[in-house]
Amino acid sequence: MHNLTITELIDGLKNRVFSSTEITQHFLARIKNLDSEFNSLITLTENQALEAAKTADQQLAAGNAPELCGVPIVHKDIFCTEGVRTSCGSKMLDNFVPPYDATVVANFRNSGAVMLGKTNMDEFAMGSSNETSFYGPVKNPWSTDSVPGGSSGGSAAAIAARLAPGATATDTGGSIRQPAALCGITGLKPTYGRVSRWGMIAFASSLDQGGPMARTAEDCALLLNCMASYDDKDSTCIDRSVPNYSAHLGDSLKGLRIGIPKEYFSEGLNSGTEQAVRESLAEYEKLGAELVEISLPNTGLSVPAYYVIAPAEASANLSRFDGVRYGHRCDDPKDLEDLYRRTRAEGFGDEVQRRILIGTYCLSAGYYDAYYAKAQQVRQLIRQDFVQAFEKVDLIMGPTCPSPAFKFGAKGNDPVAMYLEDIYTISTNLAGLPGMSLPCGMVDNKPVGLQIIGNYFEEARMLNAAHQFQQVTDWHQLAPAGIES
Amino acid sequence: MNWETVIGLEVHVQLATKTKIFSAASTAFGAEPNTQACEIDLAMPGTLPVVNKQAIDYAVMFGLAIDAEIGKTSVFERKNYFYPDLPKGYQTTQLEKPIVGAGVVDIVLDSGETKSIRIHHAHLEEDAGKSLHEGDFRSGVSGIDLNRAGTPLVEIVSEPDMSNAEEAVAFAKKLHSIVTSLGICDGEMSQGSMRFDVNISVRPQGETQLGTRTETKNLNSFKFMEDAIHLEVERQIDLLEEGGKIIQETRLYNGETRVARSMRSKEEANDYRYFPCPDLLPVVISDAQVEQLRTKLPELPDARQQRFIDQYDLSEYDADILSTQASMANYFEQTATQSKNAKLSANWVSGELIARLNAENLNIDQSPVSAEQLANLIVRIADNSISSKMAKQVFEGIWNGEGDADQIIEARGLKQVSDSGALESMVDEVLASNQAMVDDYINTDADKRKKKLGGFMGQIMKASKGQANPQQVSQILAKKLAELV
Repeated sequence: MHNLTITELIDGLKNRVFSSTEITQHFLARIKNLDSEFNSLITLTENQALEAAKTADQQLAAGNAPELCGVPIVHKDIFCTEGVRTSCGSKMLDNFVPPYDATVVANFRNSGAVMLGKTNMDEFAMGSSNETSFYGPVKNPWSTDSVPGGSSGGSAAAIAARLAPGATATDTGGSIRQPAALCGITGLKPTYGRVSRWGMIAFASSLDQGGPMARTAEDCALLLNCMASYDDKDSTCIDRSVPNYSAHLGDSLKGLRIGIPKEYFSEGLNSGTEQAVRESLAEYEKLGAELVEISLPNTGLSVPAYYVIAPAEASANLSRFDGVRYGHRCDDPKDLEDLYRRTRAEGFGDEVQRRILIGTYCLSAGYYDAYYAKAQQVRQLIRQDFVQAFEKVDLIMGPTCPSPAFKFGAKGNDPVAMYLEDIYTISTNLAGLPGMSLPCGMVDNKPVGLQIIGNYFEEARMLNAAHQFQQVTDWHQLAPAGIES
Repeated sequence: MNWETVIGLEVHVQLATKTKIFSAASTAFGAEPNTQACEIDLAMPGTLPVVNKQAIDYAVMFGLAIDAEIGKTSVFERKNYFYPDLPKGYQTTQLEKPIVGAGVVDIVLDSGETKSIRIHHAHLEEDAGKSLHEGDFRSGVSGIDLNRAGTPLVEIVSEPDMSNAEEAVAFAKKLHSIVTSLGICDGEMSQGSMRFDVNISVRPQGETQLGTRTETKNLNSFKFMEDAIHLEVERQIDLLEEGGKIIQETRLYNGETRVARSMRSKEEANDYRYFPCPDLLPVVISDAQVEQLRTKLPELPDARQQRFIDQYDLSEYDADILSTQASMANYFEQTATQSKNAKLSANWVSGELIARLNAENLNIDQSPVSAEQLANLIVRIADNSISSKMAKQVFEGIWNGEGDADQIIEARGLKQVSDSGALESMVDEVLASNQAMVDDYINTDADKRKKKLGGFMGQIMKASKGQANPQQVSQILAKKLAELV
């Protein structure tokens, strides 16, 4: 049952092959049996899940079931869930129970989906390996001595380990696509403004975007149909009708122009990864697409620009965690200064503190122009690169990340090496473009991800291309050893 | 040495919107602590601001009222600092691109001279909450009330164009008059609806360079502002004359104790690390919106004063007193319209009524005498039902809630006797019982007799208990005496 896709689960539910209660119980049991090995969930919401499944079964029986009725999913622990602890992977929010749902969570609730629990993540979504979580690292189901990627490593690992058929995730610099690649699943970061950020705990507001993860592009389309909505509670949400992302999955790719940025195949790219990606591109040619070499000349500036803008925004976004109103508070503060210092020193982990310091520095008087203002200019240049590229091509493809999953601790002492993990994914966040990753090969028994970047609001075209690829390949159907049984 | 004072003002005007600038919580004054603070005001994780359009409109209206350039694209920025009553750890405000650009406010000085005070700009921002302290420093308790957090403010920043307390107060009063006339602020100074920060420096007469300035913060009455300026100017001059140096600092003035103290020096000042708020899009205002708001602008104090002079034939002085406050102007106009006697209405409102209100520390909206009641009184004065002297008694009666003018005149028997038959017999009686006076009159030289009339008038008025119509009495008396001579 856990090998069924969401599409297949919906079919089975509608045709009474099984009930929502049955599949919910099945996934809950798997999580309880297996997740001690992967640590992909922070909070299991068993009672609520069974309750929701029961309601879903009633709706299914009554014939008024909404689209995702009865489908079990997991939410990244960055999305606020009413009455359920939302930690953001941090000690700071270990005791935080929001009195409201994120819009994304509410959308899934209204669509009848059953929340099984909240997934592990890098603390405040800052990390590419899930090693910064207060709740311990998530292990990659393909190789438990390797990282699952981050920050949405818990969501990706849960899907790879068949603990849930679908998940929500967020992506600020690659946090959906990189773990999707490393865990061999499909994940999509929509256009900035497509999915509401209300109730999604902010890391870097101008870059953060929620998106779906599942095993197939077809399932991601189903999840995105529910997830995307205009929300007047988020001023950066774009008021634009949500298309049916499932409608064009079957379209032919004949004549599709795929841009291959030469900067994405340069130094630093693992040769096995490169080979897998090139073979996938050849597959696209067979499907009738045309490959066009393009250049995104400012790609090299994306990591430095990102590591100014994202920490700058984060340094302000995380100021609210001061021990005054909610969350962690140090014991017996002797004065206000002591309250702030110790609360924040105790509540935040090293990487979060590092980024707050970087961001604070970049915004300081005398440095603002050299760092923050300059980074914003670079951001414009990067956006221009893409605007020009999309005059010539329909989609852009390349590797999602430079190499397959690395071992725990491999980049722990070198933040810059860790930051380079997102070199191919960061520019789309800076430009606000949609990007996705899908499994396209294996290197050393570890999955490789193919990245697809689309023009603004072209998620349907990306999903179409990904789905067509998945019709002629079976990388997305591979399961980690020991998971099948 | 002769010293010259230079003063600039920063004025915080609380906008009279029903809800906060970035949330739907109420802005009503005086509620129980923290009952008007929603999850956005509390800066709960994942919450996002949405700008209140009414606040934008109000700020634009202010800009139009002072003939300022309207910022077609204004940008909210984050001003970062930690304080317990600042939940997000930053204040959302405007810096580089404010909503209102440079403008001018004209003030009239006691000398009758008009002076133009330049406005540097005005920007929108949110207010902070309030910290409340009970008990002493060691054993006391501090509480935070976030009801005020997020209340919309327009901060108006003047150029240093004022050279004494009189000008500063005149400017402050003029702003009060403008914002209350526009209806964008309730003008309740005691509730903090308008607060003044005063920048003061002194320099030797003739010197062109500005001296080091201090800022006295948060003055919430014209009187306090005037006192604080006198005190600070004196302090600076004394200090300089003793050979001391002014330190650039923020000062606090206590209106009760009339003492000011230093709050912090510039060296201790924060680096606020401003940057554009990524949660809010730039506020774009079209020409059409500006023009639409322009048509909605109510009459402004200057225009109203001129109209009072033209329409009601008032003196400049009366017109000024009656036009400055919108509520006062409305009261006067209602009285004038209903009594059909603008001159008497102006006299009564600017004289008796204002004196009485001031004596009891009431504003015009709290007047126990309604415009309609005053109009009725004025009708009775104009039609000679009562003398002006009696009118004051009737006014007292209305003020004390004894009823309307006619009821009081009736109840107290104050109605003036204008019946000529009754008056003639009254005069006859007095002449008959004062033969000596009559003889004296007759024996006096014709050109000096006029002086003797007063004696008869006094007797007659006394006999009538003051109710006789003096003009009529004097006519009848003159006629009767002429017959006797």
